[in-house]
Amino acid sequence: MTPNDTMRARGPLVIDIENITKQYVMGEEVIHALRGVTLQIRRNEYLAVMGPSGSGKSTLMNMLGCLDTPSSGRYEFNGKNVSEMDGDELADIRNREIGFVFQTFNLLPRSTSLRNVELPLIYAGIGPVEREERAAQALTDVGLGDRLSHKPNELSGGQRQRVAVARALVNNPSIILADEPTGNLDSKTGEEIMALFESLYQQGNTVILVTHEADIAAHARRSVHLRDGVIESDALHVEVREAVPVH
Amino acid sequence: MRRFLYELSESWKIAAAQMAANKTRSMLTALGVIIGIVAVTLMGTAINGISIGFDKSMSFIGDDVLYVTTRPWTRVDDWWNYRDRPKILTEYADKINRSIAATPNSNLLIAVPTMSLVRSVKAGDNTVDNVFILGTTADYALISTIECDQGRYFSGLESQDGAEVCVVGFDVADALFAGNGALDKKILINGHRFKIIGSLAKQGTFLGLFSLDSIVIIPLPAFKKYFSAKSDADVRVKVRDKTHMADARDELTGIMRRLRGLPPEKRDNFNINEQQALKSTLDGVKATIAIAGLFITGLSLFVGAIGIMNITFVSVKERTKEIGTRKALGARRRTILLQFLIESTALCLLGGLIGLSFAYFMCFGMAHAFPSFPISFSFGLVIAAMIVSVLTGLASGIAPAWSASRLDPATALRYE
Repeated sequence: MTPNDTMRARGPLVIDIENITKQYVMGEEVIHALRGVTLQIRRNEYLAVMGPSGSGKSTLMNMLGCLDTPSSGRYEFNGKNVSEMDGDELADIRNREIGFVFQTFNLLPRSTSLRNVELPLIYAGIGPVEREERAAQALTDVGLGDRLSHKPNELSGGQRQRVAVARALVNNPSIILADEPTGNLDSKTGEEIMALFESLYQQGNTVILVTHEADIAAHARRSVHLRDGVIESDALHVEVREAVPVH
Repeated sequence: MRRFLYELSESWKIAAAQMAANKTRSMLTALGVIIGIVAVTLMGTAINGISIGFDKSMSFIGDDVLYVTTRPWTRVDDWWNYRDRPKILTEYADKINRSIAATPNSNLLIAVPTMSLVRSVKAGDNTVDNVFILGTTADYALISTIECDQGRYFSGLESQDGAEVCVVGFDVADALFAGNGALDKKILINGHRFKIIGSLAKQGTFLGLFSLDSIVIIPLPAFKKYFSAKSDADVRVKVRDKTHMADARDELTGIMRRLRGLPPEKRDNFNINEQQALKSTLDGVKATIAIAGLFITGLSLFVGAIGIMNITFVSVKERTKEIGTRKALGARRRTILLQFLIESTALCLLGGLIGLSFAYFMCFGMAHAFPSFPISFSFGLVIAAMIVSVLTGLASGIAPAWSASRLDPATALRYE
């Protein structure tokens, strides 16, 4: 049984990518970052995208996160064709459907946790009262209910990343896209963040990790390896599912 | 729409936070706008003041008086055509008055002759130089704006007899008697003794050039007797209704041509002047001053705007990653555009407000230091300065804000 056969049984398609390519022009050189990638991700999957630097991992992440559009190929997100959307339509998709978690947290330094988490809701056009309520709830959900009015420089690295996770969750997105989420954390804090992702997955969220670290990727249920702009392998880790304790 | 409002209020909060976080930088940048706004506002105030001063000076001439003179007031290019004109005689006034009386529904009211020259005036040890000595009749009080502060103007009898009495202007009375009351004192004009029967209220200056208060008015016969019977005279004619100025002018021209015995084919050998003609000449001068002044001070505001533009570019560069993050979280292009536009506008508005309050206090101080200079700090000017500030902010912010809004989110996120 191939991985896709197993998945088809579990949930509707969220991401449907077919044979996408991406070329960049750098001076006179054309860089083929993706050379034909086909990938399907269903609801409530926990997927790791792996690969060495230069493998096209970041480019694929930009595609998955609707930060960029492919040069050719088809990309459907929840049945909508993303490959032909303009900048503002993509912004709306990112706002509603995708929760980003970055390696460097990317919090606004002079804003409180609450204001940081409110940001996607402002762009969604949600009123101030509901905004604050939902942001406070999201922060409580990641265990920061008592850090609402702290600014990033008053929080530890792990807490900052939790704020970022709360910000990613606050719009109830279809996928959570985490780019090296533990890259700037020590291993103990990193494990705590991975436990948070695990519980999000257990609650029914779709989580995509982009990482080059095998032990981080090992938390996922499926991993996709990229090399030279193509998918080298796409496998389920049956053994992990049993190894990781389910809360 | 709601979303737009939330984005707008968010943008203002960001702008305020940004200024609070970079206080020194914001103040230094705003300084350019502050100086610009101070310069433009002061220039605006000065132009306003000049304009008010012009109008005030003009009212001295009177907008309902025609001046019959040998030569025109305004500059002419063919001066040789005016060189050999016959003099205007004081007797014309009587003749004009007779003609007015003989004409039913005349547009003219009364004609008054005047002669003038400049002399020194003495009283005891005090001397005032360059005093305007005006010889005229009792009717002068009817056509001019002069008003006696103390005493009275001379009567028709005194005027006819050429009595040695005079009415002195404020400056003359002040310089000779220093507030001790000039009434009934004697003054010497060219060695001839005149008794002061009235002193005039302060009138100010004419276009800031010379004082209207440095004047002595004496009866015309006395003027002719002691000074110059031959010097050039003017005849001032008050019109009945200033809305019929052109008709009055035509009537007066007709009377003058008859007095001069000019056949129809001959051109006028006199001039009829009025305030309006002078005013339109001066309006041109006024406009030139205004345009030149505002252009030059506008340059300083322009320099300020460049400073704002520069700092907004720096701000965009510094916060590339933040822009990337905001875009990743769903900020549209216009959201980013708005954010940086509002930032530059807020900075300009701050500079404008500070500049305006500086300008206000400077005007206040100037008004105290130079009470004679008409300064007008108007509400309209405040509004104009605010609008200019906002426009400056928008103009200087648009290029950096545009470049920020066009940033590619993926590239911006990777920017270090």
